[in-house]
Amino acid sequence: MAKYVLEVEHLKTYYYTYKGIVRGVDDVSFKLEEGESLGIAGESGCGKSTLAFSLLKLVPPPGRIVGGKIVIDGQDIVKMSESEVRSKIRWKKISMVFQGAMNALNPVYTVGYQLAEPLIYHKGYSKKEAIEEAKKYLEMVGLAPEIVNRYPHELSGGMKQRVVIAMALILQPKIVIADEPTTALDVVVQAQILNLLKKLQKELKISIILITHDLSIIAELADKVAVMYAGKIVEFGPLEKVFLEPKHPYTQALLRSIPRLRGSKEKLEWIPGTPPDLRNPPPGCRFHPRCKFAMDICRKEPPPEVYLEPDHRVLCWLYGKEGKQGQGGSL
Amino acid sequence: MSKQFQLPPRDEVLEAIEKKVGEKLLLYAYKLRKWFPIRRGIKEVLTRQPPRYVRAVDTITFYIKEGETFCLVGESGCGKTTTGRTLIRLLEPTGGYVFYKARPETIKEIKELQKDVYVKDGFIDLTSVHAKKFKPLRKELQIIFQDPYGSLNPRFKIKDILEEPLLVHGIGETLEEREKIVLKALEDVKLTPPEEFAYRYPHMLSGGQRQRVGIARAVILNPRFIVADEPVSMLDVSIRAEILELMNELKRKYGLTYLFITHDLAVARYICDRIAVMYLGKIVEVASADELIDNPLHPYTKALIAAVPEPDPELRHKFKEVPIKGEVPSAAAIPPGCRFHPRCVALDQHPELREQCTSVEPDLIEYENEHYVACWLYRRS
Repeated sequence: MAKYVLEVEHLKTYYYTYKGIVRGVDDVSFKLEEGESLGIAGESGCGKSTLAFSLLKLVPPPGRIVGGKIVIDGQDIVKMSESEVRSKIRWKKISMVFQGAMNALNPVYTVGYQLAEPLIYHKGYSKKEAIEEAKKYLEMVGLAPEIVNRYPHELSGGMKQRVVIAMALILQPKIVIADEPTTALDVVVQAQILNLLKKLQKELKISIILITHDLSIIAELADKVAVMYAGKIVEFGPLEKVFLEPKHPYTQALLRSIPRLRGSKEKLEWIPGTPPDLRNPPPGCRFHPRCKFAMDICRKEPPPEVYLEPDHRVLCWLYGKEGKQGQGGSL
Repeated sequence: MSKQFQLPPRDEVLEAIEKKVGEKLLLYAYKLRKWFPIRRGIKEVLTRQPPRYVRAVDTITFYIKEGETFCLVGESGCGKTTTGRTLIRLLEPTGGYVFYKARPETIKEIKELQKDVYVKDGFIDLTSVHAKKFKPLRKELQIIFQDPYGSLNPRFKIKDILEEPLLVHGIGETLEEREKIVLKALEDVKLTPPEEFAYRYPHMLSGGQRQRVGIARAVILNPRFIVADEPVSMLDVSIRAEILELMNELKRKYGLTYLFITHDLAVARYICDRIAVMYLGKIVEVASADELIDNPLHPYTKALIAAVPEPDPELRHKFKEVPIKGEVPSAAAIPPGCRFHPRCVALDQHPELREQCTSVEPDLIEYENEHYVACWLYRRS
């Protein structure tokens, strides 16, 4: 059996608001092998960022992890105390490139100091040593080491993004979560950042969990894809299978709705309606009000998890009979 | 470079373009310019330094034909939004002409308000109209804004938002009449049942529905020309296609012409007839959508196209070669000569052009039929 760096089992993260419970992440499970990258796709509000924050145990209140397991390197972090997570897990084992990274830097500290800070606190480096180490990481992400003395406002958007990536890498974690790492950037810079992530993935053998609404970016980087809809993973499998033979109606529709630059110009399709309110999701399959193939059973009962192949699973009644329900491989 | 510059007489310019494009011409921007002054420091004032400008739109020329969707594509900060806004006088142009074929009744209205406005062959020069006399033209020139969350007043009901332009322009005498127009506009953008949506507030709608209200507001006055400023960039992928199709449908139904502003070449290819690529305030290439993407000429266009990610698993683990160097310079300090030369890869392969590229700015020339490019590589001498 391959070694898993990350195992998520039946994870549930709910937000307890005055208006009711928002089921941001509802019963999500997946496993990630060492060096493997995962792309999480979905519309805004489907719970992808909540999932990312859960993995770091940084869910903002009133959100809370209410159930399930997150096993990183053999340790279940859901059961750990905050101080334990802080000293052992966060940034050392798993780190994150936050959404809108350009605003994630503190404007009153130099780039070098912000980069070096985790080394000072986690590893007890002296400030001088830490800055020297930070320079190495700046070089790794394709920046000149001299910028340790610069302030964030002196850098362009692409450079800031590189700094934030360097920051996520500095304690040498095995897993890096990248939440919409390129949305605020122009295409040319986006391509350069994607190249950088590819390079780091190869050289450092890290697992990147890429969270984005843009399926084309996932296609560039991920080995496996999880498509999320209304707090659930509706399809999970290797990139090639999910992109070339999508099984869930949502994945199919999503792939057909992206305008392409190359190839034939097909008429685009779209998904009618809007995503459900997660305080009060529709009964049965959560996608049924927008689904072309909705059947009677979809409206009544939640769909089963069907393993079409050991590594390709889908949450849909369409495959209820063909697939082997509930069993399958190690996934 | 000074702010003032000489323009040839309007008659000459208009005649030349009418000869070239013919009947179909709807709008022609000639050497349009929008420079924003930079505040000067005390030292600059005392030493009498010349004033400095951000050259957001720097002398661009293009034409739009009736019934087409014309696209402006470029990175953020290249001046595409400024161009759109300057064109319909939401910003005052610093220089240049904008000829627009207005409806005869609009021209009559304007002429009554202002005597010295330039009108010829049914074309009106928008830059010659006084800012306070522009109202009749607003009915014909509308805009869809980028941000559906920021562009609707949260304290207004949808019906009030849509009724406001009718009140401003005095359309529909009674409340019932106006309500009928509002409901029809809601139906046009497929917010059904319209009676229900009319009494909602913007916060009760999703992003896609809000953008439909934005579109309804633009079409309610029965315009001819709409500037669509990144109308889908803030929406989820799954509903983008729906909004694009809606815009296409309205275009056919009401004979609209769009200036579509986007940073996404794939969207541009899907919706547009012709695409213009902007870089740092200048148009560097114009061609029909397919021609531009299949056969790009300008080194910048080539780089842009190469950079677009594709949802194709085969490309994984391959590094993407983007033929471009460095980063976009500031629009306040535009490089001399061709403004793209510090980032140009083609320049390294053609050292014989170096002198020309670094000192003289290339004009936009017609390289092939209706394929325009501003690059010294394609100069036929």
